[in-house]
Amino acid sequence: MLTHASRPLQFVNARLVCPASGRDEIGSLLVDNGVIAEVGPDVRPAARAEQVDCGGHVLAPGLIDLGAFVGEPGAEHRETLATASRAAAAGGVTAIVARPDTTPPVDAPEIVDYLTRRARDTASVRIHTLAALTKGLEGREMTEVGLLLEAGAVAFSDGPRSVASARVMRRAMIYARDFDALICHHVEDAELSAGGAMNEGELASRLGLPGRPAAAEALVLERDVRLVALTGARYHASLITCADSVAIVADAKKRGLPVTCGVSAAHLTLNENDVGEYRTFFKLAPPLRREDDRRALVQALADGVIDVVCSGHDPQDVETKRRPFAEADDGAIGVETLLSAGLRLVHGGDVTLHRLLHAMSTRPAELLRLPGGALKVGAPADLALIDLDAPFVLDAATLKSKSKNTPFDQARLQGRALRTVVAGHTVYPYA
Amino acid sequence: MRPILMADPAHPHPPFPHRHLLGVAGLSPADIKGLLASAEDAVSLSRQVEKKSATLRGRTQINLFFENSTRTQSSFEIAGKRLGADVMNMAVGNSSIKKGETLLDTAATLNAMRPDIIVVRHHAAGAVALLAQKVDCSVVNAGDGAHEHPTQALLDALTITRAKGRIEGLVVAICGDVLHSRVARSNILLLNALGARVRVIAPSTLLPADVERLGVTVFRDMRRGLEGVDVVMMLRLQLERMNGSFVPSVKEYFKHFGLDDAKLAYAKPDAVVMHPGPMNRGVEIASDVADGPRSLIRDQVEMGVAVRMAVLETLGRRLPNAA
Repeated sequence: MLTHASRPLQFVNARLVCPASGRDEIGSLLVDNGVIAEVGPDVRPAARAEQVDCGGHVLAPGLIDLGAFVGEPGAEHRETLATASRAAAAGGVTAIVARPDTTPPVDAPEIVDYLTRRARDTASVRIHTLAALTKGLEGREMTEVGLLLEAGAVAFSDGPRSVASARVMRRAMIYARDFDALICHHVEDAELSAGGAMNEGELASRLGLPGRPAAAEALVLERDVRLVALTGARYHASLITCADSVAIVADAKKRGLPVTCGVSAAHLTLNENDVGEYRTFFKLAPPLRREDDRRALVQALADGVIDVVCSGHDPQDVETKRRPFAEADDGAIGVETLLSAGLRLVHGGDVTLHRLLHAMSTRPAELLRLPGGALKVGAPADLALIDLDAPFVLDAATLKSKSKNTPFDQARLQGRALRTVVAGHTVYPYA
Repeated sequence: MRPILMADPAHPHPPFPHRHLLGVAGLSPADIKGLLASAEDAVSLSRQVEKKSATLRGRTQINLFFENSTRTQSSFEIAGKRLGADVMNMAVGNSSIKKGETLLDTAATLNAMRPDIIVVRHHAAGAVALLAQKVDCSVVNAGDGAHEHPTQALLDALTITRAKGRIEGLVVAICGDVLHSRVARSNILLLNALGARVRVIAPSTLLPADVERLGVTVFRDMRRGLEGVDVVMMLRLQLERMNGSFVPSVKEYFKHFGLDDAKLAYAKPDAVVMHPGPMNRGVEIASDVADGPRSLIRDQVEMGVAVRMAVLETLGRRLPNAA
């Protein structure tokens, strides 16, 4: 699919926003052979190029979504590479980093290879693969880190599971460090949060639901930071959700440890009160926390303590959501709404556009050592043309994902992708 | 479509504005007082030889119990029959439709049978509200997980009112497994709504997070917690929670949190004792106390039928095709 475009493409009258360089100016960008050939205010019109007048809208590096569930293999009724990538394209996302907790899990090189070939044949955006950190995601034995890297895995993760054993985690870190591989870890102590349905606190108590304490997250994160200090491994906490975790990461960074962290757009824009009267579409894992926590996350994003904003994309069949709250499955889709939800923070004056896009494109590219995330000559022409201000009311039925479990149904959002380009190909045209 | 409800001249309370009774949360003090006043009438009716009224004649009531509960189900059944309804019991506690994934299918199936009122007990919090969204009839929550059990709180309020003449200003202590108790949650809401001062007494492992924010004062020492209280409400402690998981042992629990005469002596001399049943004698309550002169436990059962009659009658008047 991602063959190089034959005819050059030129974006003119664009507001060029490059979070990697800080560039923010009106200019033009020329794409040739799938890469950025020229960029800047003084690029001359190329006669043979197809011209796209951007009307002054933002042209930015395409978003890179670190850690989305794409359904293949094994859960094609929830999502496929084709549907996930259509959703991604509609949201300005040009690369999905797929979670390894599939069936079977991505714990062997041949599965990485399978996904690479499936993606080549069916996906319209780039698909990168997270490989399992432990065999069968069981938290006991490490996977073939070297072979998985050779097969194309970009980092290692046990998906939505935490490695409970400090001994196993330490060994995995030491071994991964020899390959300079990144470990993306889900930080939540499964025992402490066992049986929990939502954030522990007054609201859960009122609803009569068992709680998941924020301490279950901080506990694992603190342990991991100590193991990073011991091993020197490159470590990324996939999703943090509470103020305590922000403090732990900030402290680790101050000490110069190779620790980074991510947050989902849902956790940045919603809180536990959105659960209301048992609304299962707001049942996430880790759960939505208190408003104080949300505000701490937003501040941490603004301050750069949080590196990555991702979607936490987790498609669920509607039947598994139409259950009593405690029995409903966790998770929400989000790849298509990642940009629009994130822009709420920009419109609200909480973070700058550059900061948001840096966390959605530049920084994930750096952490995963991927080309992209920058508007520079020679970089892949993975681009998002964004109307920052277009207001709309989200209708879940129009979303491209196979599953429609969005917490943003009927939400008023502002700003959306107008066109998404992968390797010089337009994979999404709005209207 | 909504009929204009005339206030019943016998009850000067405003008409009940809800189609379902899903919880005490959402009820106004006027709603609660209206239901309690109706329940007083039902007590009188139930004490006559001729116990039947025709209020719900022609109506179909289904008792849908996903959890077994002989007491509550019988109470609702008698209440419905005294009002003239056709009552059907569906005990699904042991059948294949126990699991949550078919709850909505069950709801759709039952709805097609055109019942007028469904009484539901379910093991999951929020399940009754979920079911209520999918049916055309009225729904009564007979207990959903650790969330609410509104008719229990109403019957407790009726029992207290009849014993003490009021609720406002009373000090009520709720003792025991508040964490897993829907009875405690509904009672905390209702007693607060009617102006009582509510205490909870329990080991911290049996208290929900941030419980003080529900409007209670917390005591971990039962003697201090019982000082000066008018009403002692004991809660049932499930046996499986007593062997080290939430409290170390039955022996230790009874020593510290079981209600015996010695601890009850700290309460007001005229304090009354209540328990929603079924009791674990010798675990949370001593037999002397349970059967003693201050116990209202039998009265609670009688008031249970009356309150459920009041609820069914009140919702029956609200049904869209009501006469």
